[in-house]
Amino acid sequence: MIWAKEETLSRSEIEEIQLAKLKKTVAYVYENLPAYRVKMDAVGVKPDHIKTLADVRHLPFITKQDMRDQYPFGWFAVPQKDIVRIHASSGTTGKPTVVGYTRRDLENWAECVARLACAGGATPESVAQICFGYGMFTGALGLHSGLERIGAAIIPSSTGNTQKQIMYMKDFGTSLLVATPSYALRIAEVAMEMGLNPQKDINLKVGLFGSEMLTEAIRAECVKVFGDQILVTSNYGMSEIGGPGVSGECEYLCGFHINEDHFLCEVIDPKTGEVLPMGEKGELVVTCLDKEAQPLVRYRTRDITRLICEPCKCGRTTIRMENFSGRTDDMLKIKGVNVFPSQIEEVLLSMDEIGPHYEIIVEKVGHTDKLTIRVELAPEKMTDDYQKLNAIGKKINAKLKVILGLDTIIKLESPNTLQRFEGKAKRVRDLRPKETLMN
Amino acid sequence: MFIKQLSIFIENRPGRINEATKALAESNINIVCVSLSDTADYGIFRLIVSNPKAAQEVLTEKGFSSTLTDVVGVKLPHHFGMLNKMTEAITKAGVDLSYIYAFNSGKENAAVIIKTSDNEKAESAVKAAGLEVLNPSAAYNL
Repeated sequence: MIWAKEETLSRSEIEEIQLAKLKKTVAYVYENLPAYRVKMDAVGVKPDHIKTLADVRHLPFITKQDMRDQYPFGWFAVPQKDIVRIHASSGTTGKPTVVGYTRRDLENWAECVARLACAGGATPESVAQICFGYGMFTGALGLHSGLERIGAAIIPSSTGNTQKQIMYMKDFGTSLLVATPSYALRIAEVAMEMGLNPQKDINLKVGLFGSEMLTEAIRAECVKVFGDQILVTSNYGMSEIGGPGVSGECEYLCGFHINEDHFLCEVIDPKTGEVLPMGEKGELVVTCLDKEAQPLVRYRTRDITRLICEPCKCGRTTIRMENFSGRTDDMLKIKGVNVFPSQIEEVLLSMDEIGPHYEIIVEKVGHTDKLTIRVELAPEKMTDDYQKLNAIGKKINAKLKVILGLDTIIKLESPNTLQRFEGKAKRVRDLRPKETLMN
Repeated sequence: MFIKQLSIFIENRPGRINEATKALAESNINIVCVSLSDTADYGIFRLIVSNPKAAQEVLTEKGFSSTLTDVVGVKLPHHFGMLNKMTEAITKAGVDLSYIYAFNSGKENAAVIIKTSDNEKAESAVKAAGLEVLNPSAAYNL
């Protein structure tokens, strides 16, 4: 089901809408956001310089640091009385970034999420359990309002108490799960510990995941534990640009359809800031085209992807983002080699000798980086043979060496030893002194 | 029927062996003998216990990976050359010894636990050499 006509417009129609909204946004921002006007003046760009969509490249970027510098409300373009909701990022890496909404922003937000949820498999018949933390985090209330708009029955169970979550899923007939992919796997694991069969006792038809990267390996793992009937899709957004609602996958799983009438996306070279040609991989930059409270222009997401403009079988004509390869700030530099945790995850999940949970530890020993990966031995793969156990570690090491070109130390652990996550999983511990990270 | 040895995966972390033995103690499972050597990151804690199946269930519940392995128990009289008699019989039968550890040592005789590449062959070779093989229920209830 396609939710809105804006998802099937011709290229010229969509670009016409985008250009009109871009011009309006830039004029609005120049007028109402002093923090951005200063940036525009510094590079000598005025709103009337924007004549085509491509002219967006002349506008300055907004970074996460810019957001923090204006904490809390420096990026609000409307008076306080027009703000009806305030959310914030978790602020794990510093001060939280704040996002405000006007009444109209909330309307648009629900509309954008409804489209993505629909593309991702939600229907009015869905019984949708939302296992995102309700609170300052944009994810829970964002999905909540979008799914409500579609007409799904919502179970706002939030996070925590996994056994009770499973009870609701079983007794209420949950057919759609909103969660991080890692929490979805945790739910399956706990269900099995409770003596349930996730494929029979829980009958999930849709996994509408977000807030964390969904690698193909994790997607396959989710299908394995919840059964072939499940459609596992991911959708994308970030609190700075209003939370979920930017883009999402359809049933063909070939990229994230962008809500193009609300967001203008570019891909840039993260080092030079230059816009890359269509189809090349780089950092995603997003301009909000229809926001009143916090209309960010050229926000640097630090997420790495490429844009796809070939038509999709689902009938939507919107440009897609390829499934993400990682974040510029997730990237680890180990012995001078760029490593994305997602690359390691792909290898680990391809092996049945170990479970899907892992932890990556990077240390500095003398002047050399040391990469250790803790994995859990799959209970049924336990053997009385040291050679066979050692071979598991060697096999993982060999596979990783092909992908990364690096030697790793593999630490086998008992099942259920590694930490489980309900929100965003934190699977990387970089213990190297800070200054070496700057290189 | 071979003796079922309980083999537990133990990470090299303080208190880990204690956790395993505690789980068995609380379930009233008797440990007849043990073997564990000092390896780097993890070890295989090998035990003969009074009820291997129940022991494995308890350990799984406590988050341990374990497996039941077929091993052979051989009684060895207190004379010179008895262990050698056993190894000679096994070698001649073309069977490889994976590991060996002491089971118990009584007044009459001692006993060892062996794991081989072919337990069936090893058992008949040992018997043919005139040595006695422990039956499983006797081993569990010692």
